[in-house]
Amino acid sequence: MSDITKQTLSELVNNIKEKKLSSLEVTKAFVDRSEKSKELNTYITEDFSNALENAKKFDDNPKLDLKLPGIPMAVKDLFCTANVRTTAGSKILNNFVPTYESTVTQNIWNEGAILIGKLNCDEFAMGSSNETSFFGNVQNPIDKNLVPGGSSGGSSSAVAAQLTPITIGTDTGGSIRQPASFTGTVGLKPTYGSCSRYGIVAFASSLDQAGPMAQNVQDCALLQEVISSYDQKDSTSIDFKRNQYSKELTKDIKGKKIGIPKEYRVDGMPKEIDDLWQKGIEYAKDCGAEIIDISLPHTNYALPTYYIVAPAEASSNLARYDGVKYGFRADGENLIDMYEKTRSEGFGAEVQRRIMIGTYVLSSGYYDAYYLKAQKVRKLIKNDFDEAYKKVDAILTPSTPSSAFKIGEKTNDPVSMYLNDIFTVPVNLAGLPGISIPAGHDSKGYPLGLQIIGKAFDEQNILNIAYAMEEKIDFKNKITDWWIK
Amino acid sequence: MSKEKSEYLINRNENQYEVVIGLEVHAQVLSQSKLFSTSATKFGAEPNTQVSLVDAAFPGMLPVINEFCVKQAIKTGIGLKAKINKRSVFDRKNYFYADLPQGYQISQFKDPIVGEGKVILDMPDGQKDVGIERLHLEQDAGKSIHDLDPKNTFVDLNRSGVALMEIVSKPDLRSPEEVNVYIKKLRSIMRYLGTCDGNMQEGSLRADVNVSVRKKGTEEFGTRCEIKNVNSIKFMQMAIEYEANRQVDLIEDGQSVDQETRLFDTKKNETRSMRSKEDAHDYRYFPDPDLLPLEVSDEFINQLQSEIPELPDEKKKRFIDQFKLTPYEANIMVSDIETSKYFEDVVKKSDVKLATNWIIGELFAALNEKNLEITDSPISAGNLSKLINLIKDGTISGKIAKTVFEQMMEGDKDPKKIVEEKGLKQESDPKALEALIDKVIDNNRDKATEYKSGKVKLFGFFVGQVMKVSGGKANPQLVNEILKKKL
Repeated sequence: MSDITKQTLSELVNNIKEKKLSSLEVTKAFVDRSEKSKELNTYITEDFSNALENAKKFDDNPKLDLKLPGIPMAVKDLFCTANVRTTAGSKILNNFVPTYESTVTQNIWNEGAILIGKLNCDEFAMGSSNETSFFGNVQNPIDKNLVPGGSSGGSSSAVAAQLTPITIGTDTGGSIRQPASFTGTVGLKPTYGSCSRYGIVAFASSLDQAGPMAQNVQDCALLQEVISSYDQKDSTSIDFKRNQYSKELTKDIKGKKIGIPKEYRVDGMPKEIDDLWQKGIEYAKDCGAEIIDISLPHTNYALPTYYIVAPAEASSNLARYDGVKYGFRADGENLIDMYEKTRSEGFGAEVQRRIMIGTYVLSSGYYDAYYLKAQKVRKLIKNDFDEAYKKVDAILTPSTPSSAFKIGEKTNDPVSMYLNDIFTVPVNLAGLPGISIPAGHDSKGYPLGLQIIGKAFDEQNILNIAYAMEEKIDFKNKITDWWIK
Repeated sequence: MSKEKSEYLINRNENQYEVVIGLEVHAQVLSQSKLFSTSATKFGAEPNTQVSLVDAAFPGMLPVINEFCVKQAIKTGIGLKAKINKRSVFDRKNYFYADLPQGYQISQFKDPIVGEGKVILDMPDGQKDVGIERLHLEQDAGKSIHDLDPKNTFVDLNRSGVALMEIVSKPDLRSPEEVNVYIKKLRSIMRYLGTCDGNMQEGSLRADVNVSVRKKGTEEFGTRCEIKNVNSIKFMQMAIEYEANRQVDLIEDGQSVDQETRLFDTKKNETRSMRSKEDAHDYRYFPDPDLLPLEVSDEFINQLQSEIPELPDEKKKRFIDQFKLTPYEANIMVSDIETSKYFEDVVKKSDVKLATNWIIGELFAALNEKNLEITDSPISAGNLSKLINLIKDGTISGKIAKTVFEQMMEGDKDPKKIVEEKGLKQESDPKALEALIDKVIDNNRDKATEYKSGKVKLFGFFVGQVMKVSGGKANPQLVNEILKKKL
């Protein structure tokens, strides 16, 4: 069978189920393409030989009734994987090999998938371009020296470049949707509490959520079906009735009310983005949806709120990386000296910046003015959505205020970098599901994405809307394999 | 009972100072597993053998609340006659230390699980209420071991994550003796409830002691110092005495007391400055985003309320009403749950008055001498009540009973068997006694003549002789009666 890596997940699953392809053939195809794609720097840790071994084992005793039978998959290196190094893109965990498996990845392996490697990401998922990774920049397969977005940049690059048929990322402020948008792929951030956080290296606990990244909506729905589960090991996991997202997927969205929030028409937004949004509205109408203007009045405050809440939680979550128990340790004269050297050498600049911001906003005398106020604004932002959802079933916005930028373009301007998350951050603050689908190209030929935001636990609805619009949009990614010699 | 107050005051020059004390007691929750993980909590295990990935703060590990520990805290709150908060919040208290793997302790800051309550102290001059400010749940830290290696510190995480209840009193205590009674009462309540074993040697109960002084008669509190982590009542008392006197000396010297945290050096019997207020940690408390607020229903609390056993205050009242004990006796009998059980078991089948005297007198003395707890008593409650019945029905005299008791202390023997085997049964047969008495009078003709001529004091001599000849077994009452007739 020709060009296995060009097949969608659904095609691969069918071909394996119908024994037209073996797991080994499929795994080998993706491993070979990954081997040829080192220039993209998508992998932090390759697990190719184990993957081939496991694919053989699968073929010896194939369990074809599973949802991901013998499907190879690389995952973001924020998920702890038993006996496979897990770094979170940081020097401080450079040598860390967990003895345990995250619930989300366990769910994937339980459905027959096979790990092929751990994908690059921004250090502790803090970044929007994958440039904060200790393991170097990741190339966007769309164009040379273009960032793949972040923090799940290795994941978006690997899916777009077809090094893995599908993958998972994590999204704290846009880290799945923004890189999906930058690479012409589909990324879903589920409702907070849908996917267990157990075994995922924490960035900001009240915002972090794992989610699927795929070539298309169908594949995305299937992976969401696999990874979402109630987990008693995560106290914030929610026990709700989960759909069979891929089986229940439908393009019939006639009569669905889709809201267009006026506050997302931000100052200085490129015309291309506005045009894309308008096109999106037309596509939605074509699908039979009803378009309704809505207001989310506190949108302006989302980004500052996020940049208080997320660093505050991160400053505490990252305190455990102290050189005492595991990971990198620098020698010191005494305990304090060891802490200071370990954390100064072990963490990169962006992580240190956020730890300092977080420490500051939680400090006595500043707590009320920053952290407490941010929590109140967060509630207002959530109330905005609650109000809007009295009138609409979903909300349509651009995914990002621009297309992918060049490596190095924004590294010295953190605020401009933070602005990348302007459309995605409110969704995390409100704990809602959001999906980014590719919807067009800018003048440079770089992909642009649209975001569909749903009600809590209403992933099925936004997947359906995305599925219907995907057909109308008929997006084709322009990837030339420029990195393959 | 006298109502006269015996105040604890420090006199310096012309001035009298009152000591104001508040305690933050850390009580380890009696539970099989830790507050947020399933690791065991057994004391004395090999280092780092009771540590889960959560306790060691591995990446991606999350805390999950142990419902049993929540129940224990609520029960303790009920025992402290306190308000139970249906909604409480776990916060992170952030600081770096090698034995704190997460880099923060999960505790409760603004919204504790238990609010205001009180503990009633029975002081010699009457009852005194000590206010409870709050009780909250928190994780214990691990243990740093500095003395195993000249250069390195070792860390044992067995204790890391074990559930503690921090019980904060109001500044209502006024003397080292009140602290003694307060700690014992608190310990007793928790032992009744089964929520803390109160074992101070094993560190299950320890306290931070806040001490300030003020001139007698003034309302305003003085500046307080906090003495950290004192692990015995005796040390608490010594630390308070030292610290109060130090503060009085400063004031009398025209200096002021600095608010600071101090450590008590048990070897030198002094407190030393650990850190000043300026150096105090900024713990950056904020709600732990890994845990949802803890919400408990009325039904949940009511169910726990229904499981609360009779507590010392109520039991004391009942013992006074039902058994006519004096308040003093009742206090002793309810001081810990095991003693009260023992007492009730004994009086089930024997005379209350005798039982009370024997337990408070002979039994406690004997246990004390052997350094035993009542639970380790060689004499079971059943056998003690048998012994009391032997006295009550005249089978043996009180004096013989003491001999039998001593034998029983060597092992839990049935007193009836001891009496039989050793032939200690009291001689109450008048004929046999008459024969004995006749013999004694016969042998002491001269003294009998003296007695008759008015030397009545010699009566005691004759009683003594009869008892001696009988080997102590003669019924003393009958001996008296017969002797009077015969002489």
